[in-house]
Amino acid sequence: MESEAKTPLLEIRGLRAGIGDVEILKGIDLTVYPGEVHAIMGPNGSGKSTFVSVLAGKPDFEVMGGEVLYLGKDLLAMAPDERAREGLFLALQYPVELPGVRMREFLRTALDAVREHRGLPKLAVREFNRLLQEKARELGFDQEFLKRNVNEGFSGGEKKRNEIMQLLLLEPRLALLDETDSGLDIDALRIVANGINKFRGPDRAIILVTHYQRILNYVTPDRVHVLINGRIVISGGRELALELEAKGYEWIRQTVEAG
Amino acid sequence: MPAARKVISRETGIEEKEYKWGFVINVKQEVAPKGLNEEIVRLISAKKGEPDWMTEWRLRAYRHWQSLGYQEPKWAKIHHPPIDFQDIVYYAGLAPRDGGRPKGLEDIDPELKKAFDKLGIPLEEQKRLAGVAVDAVLDSVSVATTFQKTLEELGIIFCPISEAIQKHPELVRKYLGSVVPYTDNFYAALNSAVFSDGTFVYVPPGVRCPMDLMTYFRINEAEAGQFERTLIIADKGAYVSYLEGCTAPIRKRHQLHAAVVELIALDDAEIKYSTLQNWYPGDKEGRGGVYNFVTKRGICLGRNSKISWTQVETGSAITWKYPSVILRGDNSVGEFYSVALVNNYQQADTGTKMIHMGKNTRSTIIAKGISAGHGQNTYRGLVKIMPTAENARNFTRCDSLLIGSRCAAHTVPYLEVRNPTARIEHEATTSKVSDEQLFYLMSRGIAEEDAQYMIINGFCRGVFQELPFEFAMEASQLLRVSLEGTVG
Repeated sequence: MESEAKTPLLEIRGLRAGIGDVEILKGIDLTVYPGEVHAIMGPNGSGKSTFVSVLAGKPDFEVMGGEVLYLGKDLLAMAPDERAREGLFLALQYPVELPGVRMREFLRTALDAVREHRGLPKLAVREFNRLLQEKARELGFDQEFLKRNVNEGFSGGEKKRNEIMQLLLLEPRLALLDETDSGLDIDALRIVANGINKFRGPDRAIILVTHYQRILNYVTPDRVHVLINGRIVISGGRELALELEAKGYEWIRQTVEAG
Repeated sequence: MPAARKVISRETGIEEKEYKWGFVINVKQEVAPKGLNEEIVRLISAKKGEPDWMTEWRLRAYRHWQSLGYQEPKWAKIHHPPIDFQDIVYYAGLAPRDGGRPKGLEDIDPELKKAFDKLGIPLEEQKRLAGVAVDAVLDSVSVATTFQKTLEELGIIFCPISEAIQKHPELVRKYLGSVVPYTDNFYAALNSAVFSDGTFVYVPPGVRCPMDLMTYFRINEAEAGQFERTLIIADKGAYVSYLEGCTAPIRKRHQLHAAVVELIALDDAEIKYSTLQNWYPGDKEGRGGVYNFVTKRGICLGRNSKISWTQVETGSAITWKYPSVILRGDNSVGEFYSVALVNNYQQADTGTKMIHMGKNTRSTIIAKGISAGHGQNTYRGLVKIMPTAENARNFTRCDSLLIGSRCAAHTVPYLEVRNPTARIEHEATTSKVSDEQLFYLMSRGIAEEDAQYMIINGFCRGVFQELPFEFAMEASQLLRVSLEGTVG
């Protein structure tokens, strides 16, 4: 890769994590440089969601070993809200409903928190509204949508688009996308992929977790990693995803076992 | 968050930052001897220069109360040591040296003005609350009423009830006790005997009151009970929005507050009544705090009339109140929106009664209970459909939110349906702030405490949106102050 000279955005060494006594991640190593898109693929139950959840600091999981440096800082020592203010963003696989909490109020509070941490002034109401309208439009939402309660009564597709709208609004450095493509029809998939591509930039990186290579037709990854049973068993370029689709995960298992 | 300035209450040694309204107002007050007997009732009546009919009414109420043998109602889910009703002061008013009730706004003791300023209730009209007329009541006496002139021009009467008894006896005689008779319950009888002030509102036919009317109740005397009486009448086609707010200083002992509120809506009239109740809740161990035993009831007397109660109850050691609506006129509408919060050792037993008598009457009940610390929160509500109430409708929703593991929420709905055309719906939920919700907000950069309040505020939205804007802002801040230290 060309980026060796740059400082890594994320360095993961020997990360082990799980729930209670059950180890799910059994030693993961991964380095992500600014500008890169990494796709994490793998069968059900291989630990993909656990991986990005642990990076975001979800309290259900316990870190059992290893270290994670984010821009040289100890990521695992930070609370989830600190990680977010430092520029990490997790698009959830199952976004949570917040009864009575309005979209506008939620997004305003989040953006204020993130901007304050970056030393930026709060946006005036008018500026904020303009920005929000613009981002909403990009994800195919109308004005009425912003008056609703967060994720309450949203369809599956609306929830996923909402995650990507937040991504574009909050402008993090590192986006973790947890199966953002699952359950989307082809139109919604295009909108979501467009959003992700808009987010891409030389200072930013993406870790994209997916079952299917379908989304990779729209968002071209720099690296593809296959996670099986809590370990990255093989890494490669874009072509690995295509090969996977043609041959299935069983092929990888056999290849790996054959050494 | 900026470090709070440490203010220690002189009387109790309790740090005041937990209850920032806990200061004592230094004005000369005239205080009656402790205890209750016919002499005290006559004294209160005489202090107010009341006509004989009023004195007699009080005495009848007193005798009824006495016949109840100090037996306060026991059915609510609340616990407190017996109250010694002879150990309470039943009258405290501005000393005559200050001329009793000031003659005009310019005549008010500067000390008093400052105190109400500090409470966020400026008494000077130039500093007025945006579009709100205020009646300020300190212990037993109304000390100031703003905007009276503006309202008079529209024929609206907004004055202390003591003044209404003098100036508008025909209205007071007709309606006082017509919704809550003194025989209604123990505390209603007590209030009828000793009430000293409160607010009177009359809106004439066809008039839409152009501003919110507000009463600010303040307990100040250490051993005084507060017994205010509010009477609001909306004549045919009239509309009024009324707000009340309440605070009290930090006191070691429990203080008794037993108010009665009566609302009357004639044909096509509408009354909207909003309360922010923030009496001193007691300390973290449950010492001190106000016993808030209140009877509030409205009657939709006319056709197409509407009465709407919205309450946010965060204060008081014990809250016992059931703002109710009697739906007598055909097509009349009753509403009850409530947020009741208990923390530390607070207890609340609150809800409503919707009594359907007229045809096509409709009622809505939205009750949100938040319990934290060792708090005990009970929703108690009655929906009663009388045989005459053809096509009555009720929708009830009770939601409870628990914070921590030592508090409790109870829901006790009573349904009495005596007409087969009635349609009644009841929904109830109990929830906690979930880890998933918290994580979702935190993963967007929102600090844990802010995330908690955002979820709690969301839980209350259906009620807060019924409040006037500024009141809603204050309610949400009050919620945060009341929960300080229990979340995050």
